[in-house]
Amino acid sequence: MIKDITIGQFFPGSSPIHKLDARTKIVLTFIFIIFIFVCQNFWSLGLLSAFSVVVFLMTKLSPKLVLKSFKPLLPIVLLTTVLQIYYVKEGNVLFEWKFITITDGGIFMAIFIVVRIFALLLMSSLLTYTTSPTDLTDAIEKLLSPLKALEVDVHTFAMMMTIALRFIPTLIDEIDRIMSAQKARGADFESGNLIARIKALFPIFIPLFISAFKRAIELTDAMSCRCYTGGEGRTRLRQMKMTYRDAFAFVIMAVVCSVIIFLNIYFKNVI
Amino acid sequence: MSMNKIIEFKNVDFRYADEESDALNGLNLEFYEGQFTCVLGHNGSGKSTMAKLINALEYPTSGSVITYGYDTSDEKNEIPIRRKVGMVFQNPDNQIVATIVEDDVAFGPENLGVPREEIRRRVDEALRLVDMYDYRKHEPHRLSGGQKQRVAIAGVIAMQTNCIVLDEPTAMLDPKGRREVMNALLKLKNDLGISVILVTHFMDEAVKADRVVVMNDGKACLDGSPAEVFSHSALLKNIGLAVPKPMELAVSLKENGVDLKETPLTTEEFIKLFKNYIDNRG
Repeated sequence: MIKDITIGQFFPGSSPIHKLDARTKIVLTFIFIIFIFVCQNFWSLGLLSAFSVVVFLMTKLSPKLVLKSFKPLLPIVLLTTVLQIYYVKEGNVLFEWKFITITDGGIFMAIFIVVRIFALLLMSSLLTYTTSPTDLTDAIEKLLSPLKALEVDVHTFAMMMTIALRFIPTLIDEIDRIMSAQKARGADFESGNLIARIKALFPIFIPLFISAFKRAIELTDAMSCRCYTGGEGRTRLRQMKMTYRDAFAFVIMAVVCSVIIFLNIYFKNVI
Repeated sequence: MSMNKIIEFKNVDFRYADEESDALNGLNLEFYEGQFTCVLGHNGSGKSTMAKLINALEYPTSGSVITYGYDTSDEKNEIPIRRKVGMVFQNPDNQIVATIVEDDVAFGPENLGVPREEIRRRVDEALRLVDMYDYRKHEPHRLSGGQKQRVAIAGVIAMQTNCIVLDEPTAMLDPKGRREVMNALLKLKNDLGISVILVTHFMDEAVKADRVVVMNDGKACLDGSPAEVFSHSALLKNIGLAVPKPMELAVSLKENGVDLKETPLTTEEFIKLFKNYIDNRG
């Protein structure tokens, strides 16, 4: 059950999207997210969603994967839909009963928001699906490096992320081991009310924390033995390179964004 | 054999802050260049503490430790010492930093500010030497224990240290992993001339060393070639260590009138001596 947890899951591949520089992907995803909220009508949102679907098809990832990532969000999507339909009372009235009034404006708005959420989710999952965690951290370190001028320790932050990513699988294995050990001693994690279940987690998390601290101490020793003294004067084996692909990706994004601004002005807003 | 002294413990006492008794108690010990030294001892004999003092992870409470001419008690010697002496720990999971094998091997040279092309060359060379080159793009957590330890050893090789100290690197491994690590270490010594200090409690590892040091109660109580050290079987038993099995067998054969003439340390040696015995008798 613990093994199902996936954080920042990466699926290696050789598609054009996989080959883009991680910095390009982060920046473009960021722009995409901004433009999702710039879109004010179905034309512009339609174009942007179509764009995200095209990008997805280019990655050659299985649609099942994306559907799986949508699943946990379904309750939120449903709730938003109901709230939008209930609260938006513009346009023609389609249905009226006591305090419930459903208008076509409300339905449009609900559809609009659902499309927005899905496009947002699709694009951000594509970022982690096609970029290795190491590339992501390196890219974040590079992108945040201007903050060094403000005395922000960007290197330490990136190192923390790398170590966290490195230890996620180790600690997940550890949880599995502790759970088995506690089950063997008669611990019960699956029955009882909510409070009983939360209480049952203490015997897992206390040993987990103790071992995590022990690991941290040993890792500190191992890192200082290898002459780690922080970011100062460090060189890197990995090098990030922007290629013509990245330039091309930026041009395409620029075109899409310009068309969206045009569509926003040309067509009227959804409500 | 006259060899250069690389590490010297002079009358070293050491006590952990929250402990009642000394972990090291007047330890005098020297290590020499190009030697493969095994340090044996039961739990609490001070052998792991000794390892930590070599490269300034701990400082002596009294006495001094001189590593490659640097006094470990002086904080500014930390980096020069660690450029000379690399260290591998018991738990492979807690010493791998990066999420990809080759990035982890590169971690040390990166910290030293080695130029990129040179890091590339060193990483590839180190991974080939420990036979892990084919795994360079793998994620460490998918490797076996023996493979992880070999990655850790490659990380030290890539730093081009003169000496490598290993604190029970095989304690958490299966027999196959232990063999892999041992072979990698012998290669380090033979091919690169790196001095190896292996802290262990496995006798079959100690017999392959050039020199064996046995520690007890924070002191070195035996020191010599494997054959010399293991000839003190009564003393070893007394301090909770066993002699290698082939040797134990030869000793009890001798007590029962079967004298193999020499003392075998490994199974192969035993078989050879036993064959000789049978042939001579027949």
